[in-house]
Amino acid sequence: MTRQLLDTVGVADATPDEKQPYAELGLADDEYARIRDILGRRPTQAELAMYSIMWSEHCSYKSSKVHLRQFGQKNPKTPRLLAGIGENAGVVAIDEHLAVTFKVESHNHPSFVEPKQGAATGVGGIIRDIIAMGARPIAVMDSLRFGELSHPDTARVLPGVVEGVGHYGNCVGLPNIGGETLFDPCYQGNPLVNALSVGVLPRERLQSMQASGVGNVVILLGAKTGRDGIGGVSVLASATFTEDDDSDSRPSVQVGDPFTEKLLIEACLELFDAGLVVGIQDLGGAGLTCALSETAAAGDGGMHVALERVPLRAEGMEPHDILASESQERMLAIVAPANVEQVLARARRWGLLATAIGEVTDTGRLVVDYHGQTVVDVPPASLADEGPVYHRPLSEPNDLALIAVDRAETLPRPATDEEIRRTVLDMAASPNLCDKSWITEQYDSSVFGNTVLGTPHDAGVVRLDERTGVGIAISLDGNGRYARLDPYTGAQLALAEAYRNVAVTGATPIAVTDCLNFGSPEDPHVMWQFERAVTGIADGCQKLGIPVTGGNVSFYNQTGREAIHPTPVIGVLGVIDDVSRRIPLGFGQTGDTIAMIGTTGEELSGSEWAWATHRHLGGVPPKVDFDHEMKLADLLSRLAGTEQLAAAHDLSEGGLAQALVEAICHSEMGANILLPEGADPFTYLFSESTGRVLIVIPRGQELAVRGACEQRGLPITPLGVVDASTDGLHLRDHFDIGRAELEGAWKGRIAAHLGE
Amino acid sequence: MSARIGIVTFPGSLDDRDAARAVRLGGAEPVALWHDDAVLKSVDAVFLPGGFSYGDYLRCGAIARFSEVMGVVREAASRGMPVLGVCNGFQVLCESHLLPGALVRNAHLRYRNRPARMRVESVDTAWTNEYAPGAEVVFPAKHGEGRYVADEATLDRLEANGQVVFRYLDNPNGAMRDIAGIANEAGNVVGLMPHPEHAVEALTGPSTDGLGIVASVLAARPASRTFDQPV
Repeated sequence: MTRQLLDTVGVADATPDEKQPYAELGLADDEYARIRDILGRRPTQAELAMYSIMWSEHCSYKSSKVHLRQFGQKNPKTPRLLAGIGENAGVVAIDEHLAVTFKVESHNHPSFVEPKQGAATGVGGIIRDIIAMGARPIAVMDSLRFGELSHPDTARVLPGVVEGVGHYGNCVGLPNIGGETLFDPCYQGNPLVNALSVGVLPRERLQSMQASGVGNVVILLGAKTGRDGIGGVSVLASATFTEDDDSDSRPSVQVGDPFTEKLLIEACLELFDAGLVVGIQDLGGAGLTCALSETAAAGDGGMHVALERVPLRAEGMEPHDILASESQERMLAIVAPANVEQVLARARRWGLLATAIGEVTDTGRLVVDYHGQTVVDVPPASLADEGPVYHRPLSEPNDLALIAVDRAETLPRPATDEEIRRTVLDMAASPNLCDKSWITEQYDSSVFGNTVLGTPHDAGVVRLDERTGVGIAISLDGNGRYARLDPYTGAQLALAEAYRNVAVTGATPIAVTDCLNFGSPEDPHVMWQFERAVTGIADGCQKLGIPVTGGNVSFYNQTGREAIHPTPVIGVLGVIDDVSRRIPLGFGQTGDTIAMIGTTGEELSGSEWAWATHRHLGGVPPKVDFDHEMKLADLLSRLAGTEQLAAAHDLSEGGLAQALVEAICHSEMGANILLPEGADPFTYLFSESTGRVLIVIPRGQELAVRGACEQRGLPITPLGVVDASTDGLHLRDHFDIGRAELEGAWKGRIAAHLGE
Repeated sequence: MSARIGIVTFPGSLDDRDAARAVRLGGAEPVALWHDDAVLKSVDAVFLPGGFSYGDYLRCGAIARFSEVMGVVREAASRGMPVLGVCNGFQVLCESHLLPGALVRNAHLRYRNRPARMRVESVDTAWTNEYAPGAEVVFPAKHGEGRYVADEATLDRLEANGQVVFRYLDNPNGAMRDIAGIANEAGNVVGLMPHPEHAVEALTGPSTDGLGIVASVLAARPASRTFDQPV
């Protein structure tokens, strides 16, 4: 393999007219012109690679930035927020000692190409964001969306994704405490894999990504750098090599090594605790390019790197390959010279590679040398912060007005008791509502011994401190169908549901993270959906008084011209002062009262019933009432851990019918239900009116709970009693479904579809 | 003075903190042992926790067997020190030939996490003597390679000697003869796949049955013996 001369800054100066493959790298003419402007010359190949990555949609948020600003503008001020948007992950104070950091991120496209490694490295990536804030990761969660469960390709993608999420999380030692798995044909060619991680830190251990302190040393920690994930930059390879056999388009999906990630966690935490690092940054998308430019831009503004020091695991890598590589399990630490030996020694103890590759300077330039020749010399902020900003055109989809009048409320309904009974069972067996334990059993849920509630509860609850009992609750929710009908309301419904799911455990919601999965931003209809969804979330959070602390935008989720449903996935974090007060799912004791808080309207558009039984998507989604949600959360947090409440369960997809099925299957009790007088059983069972919770009140406490509801203006309706001698569900005057039949419908569906 | 139970941390150990909590809740003192140090710090017993010792990209536990600490653990075990291996720890004990047989990929080929109902088959071990004979216990089982296998003669010998310690009531992995845990002939070394250290608090576990493991080793501790390596 012979190489051309290295494309150094000197060469670039001397050959201003050299043709460069910027268009192939995704840069527009004016973007390339701007790079030349910034540098006062043409970029070197390494610089071109760096700009093309950092100015990509994925890294620069160039299409979304103008809309995401709303979060900053509308976020309620809270003293809890220690680090917010723009950091690796938001950090929220829990009490005077502890803080929590959490974030959700997508890994959609890699998970379609190579399901196991795509999903695994998605989990790995979000964990490193958590470490970078100074936190010990303590749990993960995942929100997954696939095409039809019956589609042959789902049998390839789903088991692979689940294996990847499980393998990485299990090996790195993090409990998976919840999430969701949903199916819709719109995700057939573009599944969604959104991974959330949460970590805990003593407040004073909060880390920054600043490369400050002239003379401080830049240390690369973790795995060797290989050709993984180089992706688009590989076009430079063909431009670089004259006579090569290396026209190598190796898979651009990265391969994960959770063992090395585990070592990274332990080693980094030791370094933080010993006060040995000035700044820390993870290497994720855009690898070294991103980490070097972001840390330099956030710090004193200058950095010098000797690129040949980076340990490589592939031969023949060019500077631009090394800079663009997305090899996993790497972190960048900024360390005072006096501490370098200690840092290297501690890394060695964990069997982790650590290499000094450069130092902080005051030149205001990021300078990268390769064997003494300068291949990069740029102002770091031009990469990290000053990427292009687009004001893309927005336009409401043409079909939305038509869809809005095609209401599910007009669809034919089951009329007889026997038909309604059949519908309860069919719905319980449908892909979106059926038992997901085939998936969740592949995840460790108890490592660390702090998981107080995991799947199938409405939210995961984790203890942070054994001494005080303080803990957190997290839920991750989205509904693409609602958002397709109305992205503003759909996003708010996801927010309201995640908020309520947290509240149902007795925790108080305090912060939000979001993963915004959309089609191509170049499509004005998609951009309109995006703008509406972001506005919905920002407005909703403002009303709820909880800030968006960070998240991720994933565009280009489409197959050909067909975009996925707009799918904002919302994670809500709550705090509970003592996890022993958590409210479980289930049914309490015989004689306990089953009641519903909230109001059931005739809201079937976008519902699971309309989809599962009619393949219908039309009308307008249910209304959201944030005032009501806040009152409900307040009530639940007051009742949590008292003798007045035995269990609670959120009503969402599938309505009351599904909530009853889940509560019955999760307990050993039966439910003896009498619907309110005059209630239409079908509407009552399947409407998806929001803001509703099923609660179980111990005998003798009904009046007190009713009083607490009335005091807050929350409507409460008694529905029946818990009864050990009732077999499954007894709906008085209508029908019975025995436990065996209920469980037979609800359980085992995923395995059956996958042929296991 | 309460008993000191050493908990080994390999680089990829995951349940070491949880094991320490269980030991503490059970009334003993957890002592951290490091995989690369051939010292047992005068502990009275050793707990090899779950995880992925050195990543386990080879066979689970195959590299851990050669670690510095396992040299001294093997030696102490031969002198009668109680040694417990849970999950990856069980795999390490089999790879180290402190226990017979092997743990291979689950019959259904997937990692599975379920509460495992088991019967305590032998109370004549250092780690189970406080259980009632035939007691039913529930510990979480969570593993991809937990299917116990051995040749028929070994299995027959284990049965005949009372070395089958825990037996699954709903076999989650296809283990031969539903075996969840076994002991060596002397009864001081026990390995099992399900996790007693995750069944020590009602708040977080499916039961508190795991506390019996610590209670047993406390009861088994001979007052006059020390198992630390000779100086």
